[in-house]
Amino acid sequence: MDLVEKVKSISGEDVLSCYQCGLCSGSCPVRFAMDLSPTQVIRLVQVGNIEKILESNTFWICSTCFACHARCPREINITRIMEALRQIRLRRDQDKISVNKIPKEELKILPPIALVSNFRKTTA
Amino acid sequence: MVKIPYYPGCAVQTTARNYSISGIAVAKKLGIELVELPKWNCCGVFPSLATDDLMRHLAPIRNLIHVQEMNENGIVQNENRVITFCSMCYHTLKEANLFLKDAEKMEKINTFLEREKEFVGGVKEGYKGGVEALDFLEVLRDIVGYDRITKEVKKPLKGLKVAPYYGCLVLRPREIGIDDPENPTILEDILEALGAEVIDNPNRTQCCGSYHTVDRKDIVAKLTYDNLVYPIRNGAEVIVTCCPLCTFNLDHRQKEARKLRRDLQEIPVMYYTQLMAIAFGLDKQFWGVDLGLHYVDPKPLLKAKNLY
Repeated sequence: MDLVEKVKSISGEDVLSCYQCGLCSGSCPVRFAMDLSPTQVIRLVQVGNIEKILESNTFWICSTCFACHARCPREINITRIMEALRQIRLRRDQDKISVNKIPKEELKILPPIALVSNFRKTTA
Repeated sequence: MVKIPYYPGCAVQTTARNYSISGIAVAKKLGIELVELPKWNCCGVFPSLATDDLMRHLAPIRNLIHVQEMNENGIVQNENRVITFCSMCYHTLKEANLFLKDAEKMEKINTFLEREKEFVGGVKEGYKGGVEALDFLEVLRDIVGYDRITKEVKKPLKGLKVAPYYGCLVLRPREIGIDDPENPTILEDILEALGAEVIDNPNRTQCCGSYHTVDRKDIVAKLTYDNLVYPIRNGAEVIVTCCPLCTFNLDHRQKEARKLRRDLQEIPVMYYTQLMAIAFGLDKQFWGVDLGLHYVDPKPLLKAKNLY
């Protein structure tokens, strides 16, 4: 299966229906930390340049808040597309974070839901 | 007293004990007995959004099965609702049911659970469907009603300037959300019922930075600054939340946010259930303000308003 098909099948979303209005990027609360905007990511999926996306940090920075999805006029669940990209990366190579690098003082105060959800999104 | 199954989850038993202690007491006052599931596990926090990732839906489904078992064991009668306080638990449990609308996936999951029994035990019976996850906010709006809340108020929160903050997971996506994804009113309505002065918070549905708090504190610090500075400018004295992770980021990460921008004032962050416990005149042990869980202590503000 080629990568575009993989993104479509893991996310279940129709990426071709995006008409590049940019509302997702304008709504994204963590756009400031991304190298490619969500709109650019969708465009790159459309034209089949997944490798370029996989080198970016965009899908790791996505915090799964669904703000883009709530506003998308084409009702594309962009959050699911970001998840598919994370999954492709995680299934291909190593985990994004090293658990043993989290400082002990932090482990004492962090809510368990922060740790579990982080590991769910950044480890295979 | 109505008995409804209650799923606590890890956060309200640890870093957010102030949420469950106040919430359970408030529910009791409003005629709802929250019956904790005799057996429960991690909700599976943050459902997998991948269509092929069945394994990661098992955790919430096991919890839904435990609700089913409570009915079979007679702990509750014909009660298919399960209440949570934590937004992440609510979101995950609700998403599991949406996921299982696909009959093929439901069958696959139940076949797995059946096979699992042969090797390691696990649940006695598969999931039959139909267990409904409810966020406690929904319970207050739809089962209790705002009028009933007002009736229980002994000490109105008059003059307390409160800004609500919802976060994401109780609101989005639409099929899971309990209110409008961008213009919710539940928290405002509850705060008004308590007699508080509601302050407009333009960032009330913006992300808190979520799990990035583990390895990207810089992202969370910026969001915490943004999410606090606007309500503070509008006059808020306290931020009211409904999610243990939002609360941690808005409260504890003020330290990092202030390193980023020194003009940020300190502001306490409290759960709506804590303010309800105060307004209902419940005993101080149910307010959850003396457990050392707040980074910014809300007591000086409560004392200044003659509430403590």
